[in-house]
Amino acid sequence: MRILVPLKCVPDTDEIRIDETTGTMVRKGIPGIINPLDLYAVEEALRLKERHSGRIVALSMGPSTAEEALREGLSMGVDQAVLLIDERFAGSDTWATANTLSKAVRKLGDFDLILCGERATDGETGQVGPELGAMLGIPLITYVSRIEKVRPARRETGWIRCQRLTEEGYQQVEAPLPALLTVVKEINEPRFPTFQGKLAARRAEIQRLALDDLDLTPEETGLQGSPTRVVKVFYPTLTRNTTMVVDPPEKAVEQIIAFLKENGLV
Amino acid sequence: MESYKGVWIIAEQWNGELKQVSFELLARARKLAGKLGEPLKAVLLGYGIQEVAQKLIYHGADKVYLVDHPNLAQFDPDPYANCLEQLVRDERPSIIVASATTSGRTLLPILAARLHTGLTADCTELDIEEETGILLQTRPTIGGNVMATIKTPNHRPQMATVRPRSCKPSRRDTSRTGEVVVKHYPDGVFTSRFKLLGLEKPEKEGINIEEADVVVAAGKGIGKPGALQGIRELARLLGGTVGASRTVVDLGWISYPHQVGLSGKTVSPRLYFACGISGAIQHLAGMRGAELVIAINKDPRAQIFKVADLGVVGDLTEILPRLVQRLKVLKGNNAGGEEA
Repeated sequence: MRILVPLKCVPDTDEIRIDETTGTMVRKGIPGIINPLDLYAVEEALRLKERHSGRIVALSMGPSTAEEALREGLSMGVDQAVLLIDERFAGSDTWATANTLSKAVRKLGDFDLILCGERATDGETGQVGPELGAMLGIPLITYVSRIEKVRPARRETGWIRCQRLTEEGYQQVEAPLPALLTVVKEINEPRFPTFQGKLAARRAEIQRLALDDLDLTPEETGLQGSPTRVVKVFYPTLTRNTTMVVDPPEKAVEQIIAFLKENGLV
Repeated sequence: MESYKGVWIIAEQWNGELKQVSFELLARARKLAGKLGEPLKAVLLGYGIQEVAQKLIYHGADKVYLVDHPNLAQFDPDPYANCLEQLVRDERPSIIVASATTSGRTLLPILAARLHTGLTADCTELDIEEETGILLQTRPTIGGNVMATIKTPNHRPQMATVRPRSCKPSRRDTSRTGEVVVKHYPDGVFTSRFKLLGLEKPEKEGINIEEADVVVAAGKGIGKPGALQGIRELARLLGGTVGASRTVVDLGWISYPHQVGLSGKTVSPRLYFACGISGAIQHLAGMRGAELVIAINKDPRAQIFKVADLGVVGDLTEILPRLVQRLKVLKGNNAGGEEA
């Protein structure tokens, strides 16, 4: 199987601190890491490869710091890493990002499966994966919590059967391959890279593709190619008028009951 | 661009019944339509749903576009996206608001890709820019630590999703009138590459924490998995659903669908009741939109108190059983109240 895993480099939220006086986020010096929810896509790709053999390609778009995310993927066992890097990609919204990725996917060749994390922990839109699937015109299965069966394409069309996590329960879905899946955290437990894996990832060559390498015009990517514009950014502060209770249990319970009653909750 | 007019919402139904999010969307969109002086229309896709379409009018829609077909009984990305794309191309709305449910978050990106237009996820605020009539979409990002206002200046329709429960549903007014337009499409529009094989309810207790009125959430501070019994009891007494911190899920005490936070779900219930949750930044990202927050924690410096309306410093093992007991008595006294 040929599996593609798009990866995003995000700020490490474990390192994010809130300024005690202003209540806003301290962004300075936060290191970039692979989007934690993408690890589940990488792990699932590795497991499918172990069962069906094949090749895993990781794809990222961003400045050269995005190489960090790709090297993390390589250290886990990804075979090949490709970075889309061009100043003209900068400022891409979800549509422009998905569009650029779709051109790269077409250039990199045929894949049986594209596995994406459900969303990135920075932008949290969860839109790039689904938009990419739609642009490639392949079946899209979102919120996958389990891959039940895969029949990779040989003579006839391959197919995949998955379980999706929805509000109402787990939905079982089958679709022909190639397909794009977005996976949720429940799907697996990502492995830690081995020492050898880390060593190999450090030495591995990361293929770079720029705008001119793709069937893409500057008008279709970056800020220029983005239908949306950010017009204002502001920091909300943590503001609630907290009533603190430090009474013994019996009294504390009465305070809770009073609060519930006051707000019509009991 | 001037030919695009009107505000649409994408109604959601389950088993032929409208979900509450549909009325929340109508409430939000009504304000936008009012500011623009344009009609508010609802799109309803499903099967055997002719009867419920009228409800959307009672709740604020001026017009309902209804597509009724067996292949639309359950959410299926192919026929749903095909119908919606066709409808948008024919009727040219200026704004589409959908809910950020698993189906809305699947359908709308497909539509954005096909129509080449902007889509903004999980908006907490929608407004109209006075000079231009353009939709202003405000959403939290980076774990709710940054807010961004976004617009789609040159593409139509302008599309946004909003989280369930992020506003009050519109009121029912049976004196309202409007038109239900039934749309018919050729068979090809309804074909699907997917086989929907069935739905499995994961466990007896609910997992739909995104649409719950009350979420009682357990953190590591509950001490041991057995303590979840008390949490479940409290949730039941408050008519709520059980949530959990990432640690509790990672320890295997409760399953992933209950997880609140950056790598779990984002909830905005009427009441979020945090038990033994310290309030890591990733957790706060998933619950700071709650209307009211009660937090119980041993540590008076716990971060969770920063986002709480009522903060109780104390030992859960002592408070929880007493609270449950007290609520039971209270409920028992409510003659003619809900069933036990």
